[in-house]
Amino acid sequence: MQEETKKYICVHCGDDCGSHPVIWDDKPFCCNGCSTVYQILHENELCTYYNFESNPGIKIDAGKYKKKFAFLDDNEIAEQLYEFSEGNIRKLSFYIPSIHCSSCIWLLEHLSILNKGVIKSMVNFVKKDVAITFNSDEISIRELAELLSSIHYVPEITLDKLQEKQNEDVNKKLLYKIGIAGFCFGNIMLLSLPEYVPGHEYLETHFKEFFGMMNFILVLPVFFYSGSDYLKSAIKALKHKFINIDVPISMGILMLFIQSSIEIFTSTGSGYMDSLTGLIFFLLIGKWYQSRTYQALSFERDYRSYFPVAVSKMESGLEISTPIEKLQKGDIILIRNQELIPADSVLIKGEAQIDYSFVTGESKPVFKESGDHIFAGGKQMGSAIELTIEKDVIQSRLTQLWNQFEGEEPSSTRLNSLIDQISKYFTLVIIAIGLFAGIYWLLNDSTKAVFAFTSVLIVACPCALALSAPFALGNTMRLMGRMGIYLKSSDVVEKFNSITTIVFDKTGTITQADEVTINFNGEALTDDDRIAVKSLTRHSTHILSSILYEHYKNIISETVADYKELPSMGISGTVNGREIKLGSAKFIHEGKTETSSLNTEVYLSVDGKIKGHFILSNQYRTGLSELINGLAAKFDLHVLSGDNDSEMENLKQIFPAKSIIRFNQSPNDKLEYINNLKKEKKQVLMIGDGLNDAGALKASDVGISIADDIYHFSPACDAILEASKFQYLKYFLKISEKSVLVVKLSFALSFLYNLFGLFFAVQGILSPIVAALLMPISSISVVAFATFTTNYIAKLKEVNHISVNESIKTLTKKVNPLKKSVQLN
Amino acid sequence: MSVLFVLIGVSMLVAGGFLIGFLWAVKKGQYDDSYSPAVRILFDDQEKEAQKKEKEQQIKKETTKKNHKS
Repeated sequence: MQEETKKYICVHCGDDCGSHPVIWDDKPFCCNGCSTVYQILHENELCTYYNFESNPGIKIDAGKYKKKFAFLDDNEIAEQLYEFSEGNIRKLSFYIPSIHCSSCIWLLEHLSILNKGVIKSMVNFVKKDVAITFNSDEISIRELAELLSSIHYVPEITLDKLQEKQNEDVNKKLLYKIGIAGFCFGNIMLLSLPEYVPGHEYLETHFKEFFGMMNFILVLPVFFYSGSDYLKSAIKALKHKFINIDVPISMGILMLFIQSSIEIFTSTGSGYMDSLTGLIFFLLIGKWYQSRTYQALSFERDYRSYFPVAVSKMESGLEISTPIEKLQKGDIILIRNQELIPADSVLIKGEAQIDYSFVTGESKPVFKESGDHIFAGGKQMGSAIELTIEKDVIQSRLTQLWNQFEGEEPSSTRLNSLIDQISKYFTLVIIAIGLFAGIYWLLNDSTKAVFAFTSVLIVACPCALALSAPFALGNTMRLMGRMGIYLKSSDVVEKFNSITTIVFDKTGTITQADEVTINFNGEALTDDDRIAVKSLTRHSTHILSSILYEHYKNIISETVADYKELPSMGISGTVNGREIKLGSAKFIHEGKTETSSLNTEVYLSVDGKIKGHFILSNQYRTGLSELINGLAAKFDLHVLSGDNDSEMENLKQIFPAKSIIRFNQSPNDKLEYINNLKKEKKQVLMIGDGLNDAGALKASDVGISIADDIYHFSPACDAILEASKFQYLKYFLKISEKSVLVVKLSFALSFLYNLFGLFFAVQGILSPIVAALLMPISSISVVAFATFTTNYIAKLKEVNHISVNESIKTLTKKVNPLKKSVQLN
Repeated sequence: MSVLFVLIGVSMLVAGGFLIGFLWAVKKGQYDDSYSPAVRILFDDQEKEAQKKEKEQQIKKETTKKNHKS
């Protein structure tokens, strides 16, 4: 009796199974796909998978991946993927965005039980990839990809991924440098300590030379290896005639090194080797902290990651899987249901329903007949079509959006950062003070002149200054990540702060891409009608059909007789003896078009009698109007939509009167619009989602791409925002504002330390112990200040707004089974 | 006090050993993934069980084959 009231939760993925779950082995599943995975695992005794986490599985639409990996049969592509290949042993790694829990790790590392060809598989959770060693005689790379797909871990193989691999080495090099600097720093401290304690006179007489030489030897790797980046960067900056923070740092490093070496070799003192190595060690740690970004997320995606790696080319009646960069003008390609068209082309065979939502944001598919031109980026819905390519992939209209940005200097923005602006003046002031002190002593006591000058440069070395920004901003970035917005780098926090204008994309950004409100206008629908609609839409791949089908999820569908689908018109069939027609006004009214509504409408008629029409409208994201109200006072707001202006009235109610709303914007229009705003010296924040916003996102000062699943399809951007956290945008902006204030306060703090040091330096009485103490104390206190205050600020905001709302939401809303754990690395 | 020369030499050697250890660990990618090794260590027992079962099955199969033969 209890079971009837119990809601069935899919054992595999945790989704609600609806009223008719698929039952297998006495366990409920939401769909056949999930139960198939369970069966596979059950057969292979891998059900421990379900023991680590409850409902760990991933739900995907069955059949989607069939033939998807055919291109892996192409040796040329496969070769690019291998990290190692010798005899029949191959090693490669797949990026699998759906890895999310310990069950995933367990299952993916037991692939060898599923297939004997797999020798070893190892998951890297942070990067969400799995490294697989396999025997190519027993399993091909395509079979391997299909094996992973069959247990719903679909690997994502894109051209983009094939070409990246260097970031890792940079990270490792930094760790080497930190290791070496830390080693030398520790030992030099040990060897320098006797200087600072009472009774050092005895030691000095015996060991001074030895300690000095040891220090000199130990400092060499730090100076020439660990610290070399600062010197190189400073030289580069000076060559380009600007001053960055590395210039005063390098001056300090050089002075410390030269002064200390001279003191050691002339036996006049013990030098500041401990300060030098400590300085470089702390700076490198700051650099490491700053370089910790979200490795699993990709912020640099261009069109290549959207496009398939290969498509089927038709050659004398045979299908040949061809990498898309090898496609040429005039080639004939075959595009199946749900596949993306890689190049501008002409339709030659079949009926095309092209979904351009990637390109334009417009969700209604466009009907094309043979002979029509089809632009790259469209997705075919329906049966397979054949196309002749008109332009090379890189010359297509869509890909041109990216090509504009190629070769542009990314460093131009770096110059604007706060720290570099300050360091320009800082350097000049320090040199001036140094010279002033030097000249003063030259006139009064010439023995102290050089020493005073070098002391000034040494003590003013802006270690604390250089550390404050990485720690304050890096920490803010980390905290924001916890709240649902993932920044590309910590510089973005600073850029957030200067924003004056916010531009929103409409479809998918301020409206929910996949959630549609459906209203029926007309006679009340009976249960029979609903069943009829559901049964009929089940047979169609048209996007409107699938929306209606989803809408009536819990209704059982019946068999349909005489099913007919007229492209771009509608569908018809007989359900329970009644003739049902569903489609456009033109289709139902048989030629007579009487409405010219801009809404998306689907008409329904039963036995020739018109029942009414469904109105499908986009649903605005929750909290949109509050967000807009909050932002309106401070920012200029703009809306750019690729859609028609059916939503004009609704948008006008939400947005303040002065904001500009534009419709029918092509990707290029959007890009132009942003560029024009920038010409007016506005700092533009653009929020968009699809490929159609890609150009605009890149052109804007800060581009945020909004995504329901942060691992999937997000165009190149500066930050990825979780769709569910959209309404907190205002708080993110506020937090970044506060954290820039923290950076400024940290600057002030480090200037105080500098003043204190300079007090000794200009008098020519800077002793090694003052330098040795001042440097770590200032650095550590500034780092502590920056970290604690940013934590505090974020906590205030988080507690007050986000977590309260969140807890209410989790009570009312179903918890997303796909946990989103993103780790920094 | 000249023992200091020896002691410092020894301490440098020991510390150098740790430095080399660190560099080796970085090179081998031990710092690449900080999550899965912690989880992986808990899997070991499960793996053995699965293997045991497999082995048992194999043995069973072999014995049944033998039985058939005889």
